[in-house]
Amino acid sequence: MNQTTQLSDHRSEHVRNGAAAAPPPAPATKRLRPTSTQWAAWGFLAPVTVYLALFYAYPLYRNLDLSLRDYTVRSFVQGDAPFTGLANYRKVFADPTFAPALVHTALFTTVCLAFQYAIGLGLAVFFNQNFRLSATLRALFLVPWLLPLIVSASTWSWMLNSESGVVNAALHAIGIGPVDWLTSPSWSLASVIIANVWIGVPFNLVVLYSGLQSIPASLYEAAAIDGANAWQRFLRVTFPLLRPVSAITLLLGLIYTLKVFDIIWIMTKGGPADSSTTFATWSYQLGFGNLLPAFGPGAAVGNLLVVVALVFGLVYVRTQRRQALS
Amino acid sequence: MNSFSRQCRLTAASLAVMTVAAGAAACSSGSGGTSTKGPGSGTYAVWDPYPQFDKTSAWAKLLDQCGTKAGVKIKRTAFDTSDLGNKTLLAAQQGNSPDVLIVDNPVVSTLAEAGVLTTTDDTKLVTSKVDPNLLAAGQSGGKTYGTPIGANTLALYYNKKVLKQAGVDIASVKDWNSLTAALAKVKQAGKKGITFSAIGTEEGSFQFLPWFWGSGAKLTALDSSQGVSALTLWKDWLKNGYAPNSVLDNTQTTSWQEFASGDYAFAENGTWQLAGAKKAGFDYGVLPIPAATGGNTAAPTGGEFVTVPVQQDTGRYATSEKLVTCLTSADSLYDTDTTLSYVAPTSEVQDKQVAANADLKPWVDAVKAAKGRTSDGLGTTYPKISEQMWKAVQSALSGSKSPKDALSAAQSAAK
Repeated sequence: MNQTTQLSDHRSEHVRNGAAAAPPPAPATKRLRPTSTQWAAWGFLAPVTVYLALFYAYPLYRNLDLSLRDYTVRSFVQGDAPFTGLANYRKVFADPTFAPALVHTALFTTVCLAFQYAIGLGLAVFFNQNFRLSATLRALFLVPWLLPLIVSASTWSWMLNSESGVVNAALHAIGIGPVDWLTSPSWSLASVIIANVWIGVPFNLVVLYSGLQSIPASLYEAAAIDGANAWQRFLRVTFPLLRPVSAITLLLGLIYTLKVFDIIWIMTKGGPADSSTTFATWSYQLGFGNLLPAFGPGAAVGNLLVVVALVFGLVYVRTQRRQALS
Repeated sequence: MNSFSRQCRLTAASLAVMTVAAGAAACSSGSGGTSTKGPGSGTYAVWDPYPQFDKTSAWAKLLDQCGTKAGVKIKRTAFDTSDLGNKTLLAAQQGNSPDVLIVDNPVVSTLAEAGVLTTTDDTKLVTSKVDPNLLAAGQSGGKTYGTPIGANTLALYYNKKVLKQAGVDIASVKDWNSLTAALAKVKQAGKKGITFSAIGTEEGSFQFLPWFWGSGAKLTALDSSQGVSALTLWKDWLKNGYAPNSVLDNTQTTSWQEFASGDYAFAENGTWQLAGAKKAGFDYGVLPIPAATGGNTAAPTGGEFVTVPVQQDTGRYATSEKLVTCLTSADSLYDTDTTLSYVAPTSEVQDKQVAANADLKPWVDAVKAAKGRTSDGLGTTYPKISEQMWKAVQSALSGSKSPKDALSAAQSAAK
């Protein structure tokens, strides 16, 4: 839900451009009574500052601290864990799970994004035709988005069950042997990707559809008069004009996909044999998945995720700026 | 701003560790912190892993009765059992531990290692009546950190109708070979063999342990030839279609649902399913899990321990001890273990249970033969071994490694 509002916000900001940056009445009052407005400004700033410090800065600091100390259960309780510098990170990098987790995270993120975007775009173009019942159908496509993740993930894992799953039953009906979707190392990652694509399509559909709506129909008419066929119209008109929206959809989707945890955990627990472990599930596995929690390495893996997300966050900011300039 | 908050939300989501920590800190003022209260003050906090019991349940009433007897009020909080260990660690970090904690037995050694729990020497708690094999799960370094409230373990449930159709005489199932032969017959008759849980969590290790121990293997040497033979047994069952592939993803509950469908001849499951077995609507029997070459194997003990976490104010222990003694008195144990479908930890109450319900007989025998996972001086090394063990089971059953390779890798990682 947030993602749409953020996007539309962003777009309207883009349109209004300079207007939003400088609210006109403010300077006048400021000159009259500088101190009280300044106090008021601080007053207005305080809640969000306190909120950010308490719920974002402090936890972030704590996690960094956790990852730099050698925490055992005893020192976690007593709070006297020795500072060990980057030992936890070295441990994580040297772990045999590191390489597979990295590959799976990269695969999961790129494949999910590619399919989500392609399917989302296809559906958006399709629904842009505005045929009868298109609104109803579009609403139906939103269902995956509205379901709580635990419900959709459990349903997927039930459907993909190798013994009693409906997918294998359907395959059997058309003469294909059973596939061990969740229990074979060669299929488990594919299964969680399929489920995650299904969950991510509505977001792409909605955002790209709203992007399509803002492309003026006259351009298509002009292109049609010039003799462009449907495919050329898509390639030369729709796609370039959709580029800013596409960029944001992909970047948000990337950050969102990077941290996907619930679906994988509910469906495969990262297994079998780490075959669907990503950084997100690995971090949880280290910190909480064992009777004897390894908080330090768990926090280190979490921080690696933060760094990756931060890099893409910067890419996002830069793209935004470039768009504002163009 | 948008990207910033999104960024932070991502951060917050991926770093559950400190979110939970912050949450615990924020809630601590309301949950009855013990440090602020003087000795003998009126309210005692009890944490248990039984969220299925609400205020009107017999368990909640028993707690209140014990509180009244000790002259204090009880503030009970129920947690999901998998959450309770970490919640307790966080509470201890905040100096906010409950007065009485009822916790899953393999967690006891971890909490004891963390210095969260008092010993029975500190609290003067008497544990002499408890079966020593059950008490062992709560002992480490020669000290006892609590007393069991009840025990459960694993055995084989079998479906009499399916076995009859396949022409299997249950009395012939005495060791692994005869069990595998029975499974082969069942498969020939067009039915399904056996279901269990080999999921990649502690549950998977719990279910594998009876076979592992039954082979004669020890947890300190996962890759011994006996250990490999146990994993090969499971692997071959899957390969030959005696067990479904879904065991890799089965929790004990989903595995039970497969058995309850009536198609399976055997299911490895726990004491707590007895009530469900009666509802399943078919004639079932219970068989202790056989060891490799005959006789019964030790199954791991399940069930919770009543413990007394460390308090700043040691004056509170006297009342906590009264509460624990009341909760684990013969009458209380009988009532509690009947509701939980557990076997009592003392012979006295076990006899009473069997007298009231003959179905419990094989379970009492199984519990008497059972072994704590953290016993044999393993303590907090058990969690590490267990994690590698369930990973090895998953690797071998999913075919990514041979049983031997999987267990060798596990052994070198567990060191």
